[in-house]
Amino acid sequence: MTDPEVSVLRTPLESRHEALSARLIEFSGWRMPVQYSGILDEHRAVRERCGLFDLSHMGELFVDGPEAGAALAAALVTDPPALAVGRAHYSMICAPDGGIVDDLIVYRLAEEQFLVVANAGNAAVVSDALAERLDGFAAVLDDRSLATGLVAIQGPRALVALMPLTDVDLGALRYYAIAEGQVAGIPALVARTGYTGEDGFEVFVDTDRTGELWDALLEATRAHEGVPVGLGARDTLRLEAGMPLYGNELDRTTTPFDAGLGRVVKLGKAGDFVGRAALEKVARDGATRRLVGLIVEGRGIARHGYPVHVGEHASGQVTSGTQSPTLGVPIAMAYVAPADGEPGTVVDVEIRDARVPARVAALPFYRRPG
Amino acid sequence: MVPADLRYTTDHEWVRLEGDTATVGITQYAADQLGDIVFVELPDVGRSLDQFAAFGVVESVKAVSDLFAPLSGEVTATNPGLTASPEAVNTDPYGDGWMLRIRIADTAQLGELLDAAAYDDLVAAG
Repeated sequence: MTDPEVSVLRTPLESRHEALSARLIEFSGWRMPVQYSGILDEHRAVRERCGLFDLSHMGELFVDGPEAGAALAAALVTDPPALAVGRAHYSMICAPDGGIVDDLIVYRLAEEQFLVVANAGNAAVVSDALAERLDGFAAVLDDRSLATGLVAIQGPRALVALMPLTDVDLGALRYYAIAEGQVAGIPALVARTGYTGEDGFEVFVDTDRTGELWDALLEATRAHEGVPVGLGARDTLRLEAGMPLYGNELDRTTTPFDAGLGRVVKLGKAGDFVGRAALEKVARDGATRRLVGLIVEGRGIARHGYPVHVGEHASGQVTSGTQSPTLGVPIAMAYVAPADGEPGTVVDVEIRDARVPARVAALPFYRRPG
Repeated sequence: MVPADLRYTTDHEWVRLEGDTATVGITQYAADQLGDIVFVELPDVGRSLDQFAAFGVVESVKAVSDLFAPLSGEVTATNPGLTASPEAVNTDPYGDGWMLRIRIADTAQLGELLDAAAYDDLVAAG
């Protein structure tokens, strides 16, 4: 991104965001809306009603072929062949040393077709790694990141807002499931997934139909007292929901076990996969640090990179932090020494020059009612 | 247009002068740029501030930003309302969103502040 030769990528919805007076920033190589009416207002709309998100920056990687499942099982830490057609799971792609290259959602679209959704900032790296790891399998990678638009509608009213616009039976669509159909007359893949801690849907369409889709969904969102939502509130929503963000909680020096996501790694699956030996060792020896939630009890907000102490010893570092709009207190996620990770443990966060008390809390901070 | 009766810094603080007392806050432009403000950290009453040195911190949901003293002097009051309602900085930056009062140490420093027209030009220039 510091390379002036590399131009910033533009979402198909850019002119619409500008017309909505969004504040646009560069994020993961894309020019994206960070907020429209304000982070708190947008956050509350998603928790209480619904919100509409442009996620066209995400990477969409289609893997096709008789050995598509086997190839992904060798490339990722999960076991995609175990997915039923129309279902999805959370996954990761790791390096041989067990470090996380990216966290992903894998959807099984057909017996021999999968969709892997990668973070925008890692999409090219994941695409290259998959292309390499598919070598030797009867499977083909089709990177449709730039050809695909993605819009999400999230919140307790997302279901009723989307239902009249689609022929997909949303009531029958389970959490972490995906179906093909039409939305506002546009051919689409509709998934019941999200990154907010609320019920909601993600709608994949061709880039050149994304504007039409957005217009129809924004009208439906507004009709249900919802608002468009930027990356700012997307971050506070996911943090309350205890979901990790690549670049904050997850990176190349972090294993899934460090992040408390060891259950994602299917060591019991047949065959080798990239990172298996290293991850088996971490599973056996135990992680050297632990990802925890913190509720700051003194004054101040714990931010990314702030040191965490327990008594006189350095314990770790904050990875993400904000003022929780729902709870009304400062919340954070942090890596701490395994012994300091029990809920209730009192730690100090170094906020500027002061040590501010905080308490380890179980994740997530927020769980939707019902 | 910003209020014509105030003075401004290039760091987007405003100053209201009443006798030897200066009331200090941040401008609407600064508050808008920060977004929803959720926390304001202010110095204790009695502390001496140096002109243009950091005296506190304002945090929005996304960002943390230093506050700079427009003038040297002793802090005589801080706004107690901001503890419970930091959002007043967004909604009423020149009124309920005031941050502190200073007893001005050196009136010559006033010459280093901007008037409303000069501050408007600064903001317009981006």
